[in-house]
Amino acid sequence: MTVGKQRVAVVGIGQTRHQATRGDVSMAGLVREAAQRALDDAQMTWTDIDAVVIGKAPDFFEGVMMPELFLADALGATGKPLFRVHTAGSVGGSTAIVASQLISAGIHQKVLTVAFEKQSESEAMWALSLPIPFTPPLHAGAGGYFAPHVRSYIRRANAPDHIGILVALKDRQNGLKNPYAHLHEPDISFDSIKDSLMLWDPIRYAETCPSSDGACALVLGSEKVADDAAAEGRKPAWIQGTAMRSEPTLSAERDTVLPLGGALCAADVYRQAGITNPRKDVDCVEMYVPFSWFEPMWLENLGFAEPGEGWKLTEAGVTALDGDLPVNMSGGVLCTNPIGASGMLRFAEAAMQVRGTAGDHQVDGARKAVGHAYGGGSQFFAMWVVGADKP
Amino acid sequence: MAEITLPESIRDVEPVRSVRTPAQLDYEFTAGDATTRFLTGITNKRIIGQQAPGGRVYVPPRGADPELGQPTPIDVEVAQVGTVTSFCVVNLQFYGSVMEIPYVSALILLDGADLSIMHLIQEVPADQVRIGMRVEGVWRDDADIEPTLESIRYFRPTGEPDDPHVRIPGEGHGTGLGSWVGGVAPTEAVIRNPRTGLGGNPEGASV
Amino acid sequence: MRDVAVISFAQTPMRRRVEELNEVEMLMPAVHGALRQVDMTIDDIGFTCSGSTDYLAGMAFSFVSTLDAVGPWPPIQESHVEMDGAWALYEAWVKLQIGEIDTALVYAYAKSSPGDLPMVLSRQLDPITMGPLWPDSVSLAALQARALLDSGKATEADFAEVAARSRRAALANPNAQLAWDCPAADVLAEDYLVAPLRRSDCPPITDGAAAIVLAAGDVARSKVERPAWIRGFDHRIEPIHLGLRDLTVSESTRIAAEAAGVADGPVDVAEIHAPFSHQELIVRDALVLGADTSINPSGGALAANAMMTAGLVRIGEVANRIASGEARRGVAHATSGPCLQQNLVCVLEGE
Repeated sequence: MTVGKQRVAVVGIGQTRHQATRGDVSMAGLVREAAQRALDDAQMTWTDIDAVVIGKAPDFFEGVMMPELFLADALGATGKPLFRVHTAGSVGGSTAIVASQLISAGIHQKVLTVAFEKQSESEAMWALSLPIPFTPPLHAGAGGYFAPHVRSYIRRANAPDHIGILVALKDRQNGLKNPYAHLHEPDISFDSIKDSLMLWDPIRYAETCPSSDGACALVLGSEKVADDAAAEGRKPAWIQGTAMRSEPTLSAERDTVLPLGGALCAADVYRQAGITNPRKDVDCVEMYVPFSWFEPMWLENLGFAEPGEGWKLTEAGVTALDGDLPVNMSGGVLCTNPIGASGMLRFAEAAMQVRGTAGDHQVDGARKAVGHAYGGGSQFFAMWVVGADKP
Repeated sequence: MAEITLPESIRDVEPVRSVRTPAQLDYEFTAGDATTRFLTGITNKRIIGQQAPGGRVYVPPRGADPELGQPTPIDVEVAQVGTVTSFCVVNLQFYGSVMEIPYVSALILLDGADLSIMHLIQEVPADQVRIGMRVEGVWRDDADIEPTLESIRYFRPTGEPDDPHVRIPGEGHGTGLGSWVGGVAPTEAVIRNPRTGLGGNPEGASV
Repeated sequence: MRDVAVISFAQTPMRRRVEELNEVEMLMPAVHGALRQVDMTIDDIGFTCSGSTDYLAGMAFSFVSTLDAVGPWPPIQESHVEMDGAWALYEAWVKLQIGEIDTALVYAYAKSSPGDLPMVLSRQLDPITMGPLWPDSVSLAALQARALLDSGKATEADFAEVAARSRRAALANPNAQLAWDCPAADVLAEDYLVAPLRRSDCPPITDGAAAIVLAAGDVARSKVERPAWIRGFDHRIEPIHLGLRDLTVSESTRIAAEAAGVADGPVDVAEIHAPFSHQELIVRDALVLGADTSINPSGGALAANAMMTAGLVRIGEVANRIASGEARRGVAHATSGPCLQQNLVCVLEGE
């Protein structure tokens, strides 16, 4: 085993057709669908894999404690190391990072990493609203928790009311170009979003992510594995940087609207990837936007916009698929949200962009893409930068 | 998808598509020291915040000061009036909820506390709730007081003038602590390290 | 491989019910203890990783509130696994191998007391073929014990010997939950709890927490006199379905032990995470330990079995004996899943 930081690349990507209920497959079937596609994409078989790293969010979503245990053989992990990550909503991203570290550290050469959620098996709203002992249940799910923070951003940035609608419109229209996305809404319009029910003022129904069943899988390879793939005409997505940050849920000094942890995570990953001017150096971004207003908020948090300017990028069309800095080309979390997988989908979609395999939602000439995931009360952050060039 | 060849004997049997298995698990939760002290205060119609030596006043307490990573043995009674630091109007009924919709769920910084609590706002139309509004707690009847934050039924406007400068963490720095001002990422120095005292603004306090 | 060592280990007194404290209050002494032993604070730690599970706590995202114990402010580099802390330690070790950080804090905790543990663990099974039967963890272990007896590889007296020896050794462990000096014959005289297992063959139900600080190379040497160096580290998994495995052997332990290089030298001490007495025999065989190895001087999981924590404690107990000079080389083992489904092996050595 070699010492020191080894290069890692994404050499295979797979995901399921995401839906509210995938009643046609069991959990095993769901993860295998994504994993098999990733293996096929990497032109590998199950036996080629050295280790499996799986991530998902709370097990109450499926009603099975530690489901990776019963999924071990479905994941081809018999006799191999299997690892289960759980970092709340950012888990899909942190799972990919943990997997990449196994190769970075020189321990394995080929790692299969999978993230999934089969929320239809249990009741996602219930699981998210499970009463916390000794705490009155007041905020009606995740949206109720985040809505006050969105209100704060609108106030601080002096943002006009309709920005959230623009984001939802853009992401849902992008989703139409993504065959795997859960929500395909050809009749979506500015007015249909504006007229939808205001759920947790200021967040409307149509500005809210769906609850999805879905899985995402990546095959990560060492430098040698990636070079071999490149030689055979399969472009790897080189991992140019990874970073994670965590901060407390409820503390007196933290800012829940534009968290310090998010900015520190971005600064760290950009430094690793040689990004000095994010707005210019990054070609496209897949960021975790479960409620539409998070796009302008994260644009500022991740250094793409000055304070109070995030919403202006959205309004000006900069973040559109044909804009100067496309955001959530895949339709993002607003179209597809199997909670445990959503972070990995962001990372995967970024990798697809720099490999040139994003099909109808491809950004021409994308060579450097950012994947971002967050979780908990805007307190866990995981990011990576992938590029067409070897670091 | 691999083709599965079934044995002859079950080829005509209808496949099982799903299995519904109701599950129930009962848990008896421990309040712990911090929560017990807080809820005992509630039964006496007092709101008791807690503090670690050198730390901030937390309401409701959680067992540890999350910035210091230390227990919070010091009890600090906080006022039953405070200022709304943010809020949302909930129009969604969800599993297990007993609230009548629409209702206002708000973050309220009680006078003397350093962290906003989440609670309901009532006795005011939802569209008149504002950040900076002064509110006071309304308790249940004495006979119905129990060791739960729900013993406070809701908060209502006091009628005092708004406090537009209510302290909201992060608001002094761009649009928040995580702002990149002038294209420059914030560093850890933008906040005060609670253990070393280093960082933060020159006065020694964080934004 | 980069030299990484365990430089401190702290645990809370392992008890049946920690009634007066919630999880974060229970965890803090372990985290503070591990840091204080080496005169460090969270500001000196490059990466934090923890192991715990939501289903035990009866709360989704339960680990989120316990992170407060560490004081993650300014924001820290941190991750969490829904596994025993031994695997969280593995993740931290991997991160240290990369070379960008030199120190890590690992912690684990569980309160099994709020729920009915054997019933909670029945949710940790295949939801279609096993879960609906609600098989409790003791019954599943008993199936394995029966298979072991039928194979001729062990007798009930062997089980009783493990049970008696473990509780006797635990008398020297101030944190152990169960400790007494009773002969194996007394165990054999007990009625079966779930045949062929007797109550003494089974682990206690435990609330507790533990924490370890890891450091690399010269940082470790600057902090303690005798760092416990991690020389080998591996883990493997088998299928969950009992019918797909030979329950009388632990194939995943055997593979992990080989990969970790257990046989590369003498093993002075082995801490085996065997919640049921018969499992110690199976794991001992898989590790291929000699007669000279001192097994579970801490009393092992039969003396205290905090879920998600007992595996991490095994690593800490071996490290302690290396740090004290009592042992030069040791093996720690951790397990997860029904009937030894998943196993981790860690080889530690003094300089």
